[in-house]
Amino acid sequence: MADLLDGVVYTETIVHSATPQFAADAPYQLAIIEVDSGRRLTARISGERADIGDRVVFVEERDGVAYYCKR
Amino acid sequence: MQGVPTIDAILKYMRPVAVIGIGKTAFGVLPGDLRSLAVEAITGALSDARVNASAVQAFYLGNFAGPSFVGQNHLAPYIGMAAGFGAIPSTRIEDACASSGSAFFHAWQSVAAGIYDVVVAAGVEKMTSQGTPRVTEILAAAGDMAGEGRAGATFPALFAMIARRHMYEFGTTRRQLASVAVKNHANGAKNPLAHMRKIITLEQALAGKPVAEPLTVYDCSLISDGAAAVVIVPVEHAARHTSRFARVRAVAQTADHVALDEKPGITAFPAVRSAGEQAYSMAGLGPHDIELAELHDCFTIAEIVASEDLGFANKGDGGPFAEAGCSTLDGRLPINASGGLKSKGHPVGATGVGQICDVVMQLRGDAGERQVTRHRIGLTENLGGSGATCVVTILEAA
Repeated sequence: MADLLDGVVYTETIVHSATPQFAADAPYQLAIIEVDSGRRLTARISGERADIGDRVVFVEERDGVAYYCKR
Repeated sequence: MQGVPTIDAILKYMRPVAVIGIGKTAFGVLPGDLRSLAVEAITGALSDARVNASAVQAFYLGNFAGPSFVGQNHLAPYIGMAAGFGAIPSTRIEDACASSGSAFFHAWQSVAAGIYDVVVAAGVEKMTSQGTPRVTEILAAAGDMAGEGRAGATFPALFAMIARRHMYEFGTTRRQLASVAVKNHANGAKNPLAHMRKIITLEQALAGKPVAEPLTVYDCSLISDGAAAVVIVPVEHAARHTSRFARVRAVAQTADHVALDEKPGITAFPAVRSAGEQAYSMAGLGPHDIELAELHDCFTIAEIVASEDLGFANKGDGGPFAEAGCSTLDGRLPINASGGLKSKGHPVGATGVGQICDVVMQLRGDAGERQVTRHRIGLTENLGGSGATCVVTILEAA
């Protein structure tokens, strides 16, 4: 399952000003991932910063949000 | 194109429409409440048009989030009765930051279709009663809260991701983004109704505090209070009121996916392209006929993308176009002579009609220090969310 969800960073940003809900997370990396099926989804990237075009692997789903890290 | 009315049908059956009155409050941190701001703008537009409130036959109000910002719903009759409209159809329209562009589109339809002869379109937002974190949260709800919102996307974050991709695909630079902010601040400093009348330098803009990388505070529009209103009538009646009316040569409204990750690409807005194409077709004009434009610079990258989508610059060249000064007050095509959302302010529900007021002021030659030299035909582009609603108008001096 996890392999199916791996993909490439389509675009990304580091969010510094967050909503109150995510203020404790800031700064955090938000990205649109193009998964290998071709679909895109908005996800978080944890750990090392990833750039557009970098391959990322699916780590976990938490509170309905997918987390990825740079491979 | 699916869902697009044939322009021939519109031109055959619809009456030409004119804007005969404009009214705006200042934009900024204002003491007035939501209703008094809206009434001030409407009263100004009626007085400018020399029309009594009792003569207005329908009222369309753009407002994004009155319920969230100030806890007030049912805004159209709430404001309409205070403005003296009486028992006329009064409707609030919500299309995120394109709410009053959309209100104008629907008001125009009702006059163009021959249903009403005197209609008011207005927009209002009261944002500064909330702190920035809460405002960020309210604005985020114009995105897809089940997807991108849940992952932590704010509006600056969505446009930051658009900017990053635009940089990646076309080589757009931070300096090019910053040049949009510098230009719009220079223009806004000349606008007595602007929120932030402050000239900034390129160095300042580049060194701004990051909001969502690569965007800094200088790439983001302002959190403002404000209202704007226009009075529209059929062109055949316009001369009875004023010789200084503006012809509505075209209005088009389009839609697209709300979620950024559902769009096929994010460096162009299909809604802006199709609204622009429809508007040009309806007016029988092209990008080269436009002499001034108010574009929806909620973020600097949004002005760059819109300048490409509307055909003012080639795809990917919006950054160099801005950096080379093509869109300054004395440039080839002045963009956001008012100061734009960046400097004039962005009371979201008021922005679309506010842009129309700013263009009409230019068409009349009433824009003072920021008056552009060629001012016969102007365009407005009002964007909702990350491109899910777009309203484009083309206006011509009488």
